[in-house]
Amino acid sequence: MSYLELLKLAAPEAVVVVTALIVLTIGLTTERASAFCSVVAALGLVVAIGAVLMLPQNATLSGGMLVITPLTSLFKIICLALALFTVFLARNDRTSRNPGEYLAMLLLATIGLMLLVGSEELLMIFIGLELTGLSLYVMAAFDKTDIRSAEAGLKYFLFGSTASAFTLFGISFIYGMSGTTSLAAIGQKLSSGPIQPLLAVGIVMTLIGFAFKIAAAPFHLWAPDAYQGAPVPSAAFIASGSKVASFVVLGKIVLVGFAPVHGSADWHAMVAGWSPVLAALAALSILVGNLVALAQTNVRRLLAYSAVAHGGYTLLGLVAGGRAGFSATLFYTTIYAVTLVGAFGVVGLVRRQTGGDDFQNFAGLSSRSPLLAGCMSIFILSLAGIPPLAGFFGKFYLFSVTLGAGGNHGLLWLVALALFGSLISLYYYLIVLKVIFVDEAATPTSVVKADLLSRISLTLLALLVLILGITPGALAARIIASLP
Amino acid sequence: MIAWTIYATFAGALALLFLPRAFSRWIALLTTVAGFAISLIALFQTPIADLARFTTIVRIPWVAALGMNYHLAVDGISLTMVLVTGIVSVSTVLFSWDIEHRQNEFFFWLLLVVAGSYGVFLSADLFLLFVFYELVIVPKYFLIAIFGSTNKEYGAMKLTLYSFFGGALVFIGILAAYVTAGTLDLNQLAQFQFAPQLQLWAFPVLFLGFAVLAGVWPLHTWAPTGHVAAPTAGSMLLAGIVMKLGAYGGLRVAMNFFPRGFHAWSNLIAVLAVIGILYAAAVALRQSDLKFVIGYSSVSHMGFVLLGLATANALGVSGAVLQMFSHGVIAALLFAVAGRMLYRRTHTRELDALSGMNLSRALPFAAFTFVIASAASMGIPGFSGFAAEITILIGAWKTFPIAVWITGAGMVLVAAFTLRALKKSFLGDAVSSVRMQEGRVQVDPDWNEQSNSMPPITVPEKWGACLLMFATFAIGLYPKLLLDRIQPAVEAMRFLK
Repeated sequence: MSYLELLKLAAPEAVVVVTALIVLTIGLTTERASAFCSVVAALGLVVAIGAVLMLPQNATLSGGMLVITPLTSLFKIICLALALFTVFLARNDRTSRNPGEYLAMLLLATIGLMLLVGSEELLMIFIGLELTGLSLYVMAAFDKTDIRSAEAGLKYFLFGSTASAFTLFGISFIYGMSGTTSLAAIGQKLSSGPIQPLLAVGIVMTLIGFAFKIAAAPFHLWAPDAYQGAPVPSAAFIASGSKVASFVVLGKIVLVGFAPVHGSADWHAMVAGWSPVLAALAALSILVGNLVALAQTNVRRLLAYSAVAHGGYTLLGLVAGGRAGFSATLFYTTIYAVTLVGAFGVVGLVRRQTGGDDFQNFAGLSSRSPLLAGCMSIFILSLAGIPPLAGFFGKFYLFSVTLGAGGNHGLLWLVALALFGSLISLYYYLIVLKVIFVDEAATPTSVVKADLLSRISLTLLALLVLILGITPGALAARIIASLP
Repeated sequence: MIAWTIYATFAGALALLFLPRAFSRWIALLTTVAGFAISLIALFQTPIADLARFTTIVRIPWVAALGMNYHLAVDGISLTMVLVTGIVSVSTVLFSWDIEHRQNEFFFWLLLVVAGSYGVFLSADLFLLFVFYELVIVPKYFLIAIFGSTNKEYGAMKLTLYSFFGGALVFIGILAAYVTAGTLDLNQLAQFQFAPQLQLWAFPVLFLGFAVLAGVWPLHTWAPTGHVAAPTAGSMLLAGIVMKLGAYGGLRVAMNFFPRGFHAWSNLIAVLAVIGILYAAAVALRQSDLKFVIGYSSVSHMGFVLLGLATANALGVSGAVLQMFSHGVIAALLFAVAGRMLYRRTHTRELDALSGMNLSRALPFAAFTFVIASAASMGIPGFSGFAAEITILIGAWKTFPIAVWITGAGMVLVAAFTLRALKKSFLGDAVSSVRMQEGRVQVDPDWNEQSNSMPPITVPEKWGACLLMFATFAIGLYPKLLLDRIQPAVEAMRFLK
């Protein structure tokens, strides 16, 4: 294998690395270059998307270190697109004080996501996790003038590094038991013989590490503070890009690497394996996330707890397992990420104009800015799972696959719990909408202004959520087709 | 052809978002009239023989990977429901002619409810049906929470959460049917033989989910509070159309999919229905707010629908469908009088206060309308309510003779609370000035000045009222017009005993 070939296959990552370096240089050398930095970063991301499209259909490098399949290409594009929208969000944020550094961190995190998505090898996955994690810690703590941002960064760092330790510990056990770090080879090794206790420890450790990443209860405690305190674009990226990539890689690990120890989470017929563990995480996340979200009065905190619940719903697909389950999970996490980036975009604009993101800052938004109110209501209703928005189809897909997976409706308990959870969630989502549409603004004169770029990107995201809801087949069929 | 009811209404809703407010009420009127006209044309043009089966109108693959189709169909039952949606929506817009506050938004939400309802009645794909069904709920919340009156945020939230609770149950039932049968086509599902064990648990989940929206006792409590909180148009839509969505879903989906489950549970449904009829009528007898009286009367009348469905014979179920039509029209008329004609002018709905206002003289047209509506509601022969309820009771006689005895006695209660409301609101004696001075009757202090300047009934109100009165009268005199179309469609269903 020549280096030229390697460079060809890793072209998208290489493009993003180069862009990150250029942006960093621009930021260091010129003062007041925020617009220029953003343009370069956005261009770099667009070029990287183009480079992904030019990749061959299938390729594998050095035992799964770098894998190219339709699935990885699709999700690299999704991660890049999410990063692109985050760049747009960052245009208007206070982070534009050091735009070069901030955007470079964002791009480095994006590379981490791409490595995560495009690898089927535990060591490479760990490197991807760390690269993403370290960049995101910095991004969370980026606003030096805000003590909450420092809190967010520190909390995220402490929890995240603990999670990494767990993951690494788990990976080492799995390596010890199977003698390999390649997912496919691990899957083959595990299929012979019963589950060893050491292996069980390794699997559980690895899952715990990922549970931190996707903020599944009871490992979600960092999420509310990170979502609330971090600069808005950072929070958006943590909640969207990082989550999508984590779900992709978690799915690959459990469905490829741990496939033989699937177990069963069916009611009355539980079999040890990873799926009951994930089912328990999902059930707990749905309950804790939704119930605690009821008590929130800050929109970002509310979104954080609802993110915990949505993480729980998304896990359902993995519990169901199989091609259908994985595709439902991937579909749901993608549309969730798109929706959440949009919601954070609106929050960012409102925060910039009114200085906060509590409910009272949103009061009467519909009269202060009909466009923002309209977009926000689309995002919120999609999160609540109201047709004809993307979230509704996502839930239908996820729940129908889950119910169909267990023998004799064995997973009905989980589906019923998830539906009960979405019923609860409806209350707090409606409260947000009530604040926006029904309540009167405290200061009626303050019109929320938004520049053209934000308005266009938010409208695009809202339209995307609507279109994905009306014609979900476009994305769903692509995801299904890209799964082996 | 009839599919255009959906498209036209959505197009009207969309147009409202972008056109200036000067046009909004005209757009809304035009849209609803178009929907009504289309449903009327369909009623007279579609051959009756075609209405016996659920005949496909449109079928386009939607999400091929999961077997979802954009699939619309029509039979006699759907056509009846589309017709009542058309009538009620037109009169709703006419009775909302005076809305000034956030006009575009108001009519936008209103048209979304109407369009979603058309969609539910015409869907032949389970997923599509559920999409439309859930689509109706959120606009209702905004309609009530923004434009409502008494305790509006509480009423709106209660109604929405109840609806979604029902929706969640329906979701489970739908998933169970879909996952087991592997198809979403209503016609195929209606042929599929589900395992009896599945039917036994899936039917009650699905039916109860739908019945929440139909106001089944004891999950009816959203209805009175919701009706009272809602603006006039909201109450008319709720009682006229939305409550029917639940009953329709129970019939089209739950009963048709799981006939064995239905037969196992039909006794319980009948019991709940009879309790609902009696209990709501008794509660209505004690209410002091006119809208609460009508709200509880809606629950009582919807009890008849459930009783009709529970009979599981062609006559009873046809009667239930006819009652859905009839009650849609009558409830809309009652709410229009109470909410728009009276409350807008007197600013009170307290029966005691109204009885002192000598309204039959001040508002003769309103009084006339309310008398007609009350007569129809009580089931006086010649109005649609009589035709529907007598059909249900005859049907029920074959299955649940005891229920007929009890319900027959209960109809006295219905007559009692209706007459009480009528007497107190319009035909009350002018309260002697002594009682007023003693403070036993709450009356606006400057009532006397207002009564002289009470605005007369406007033209849109008259048109709206006449449309509804005509509908209940026409069907009362000639129920065959609808029954001929409903009965063959009911007979084609497989749950009949």
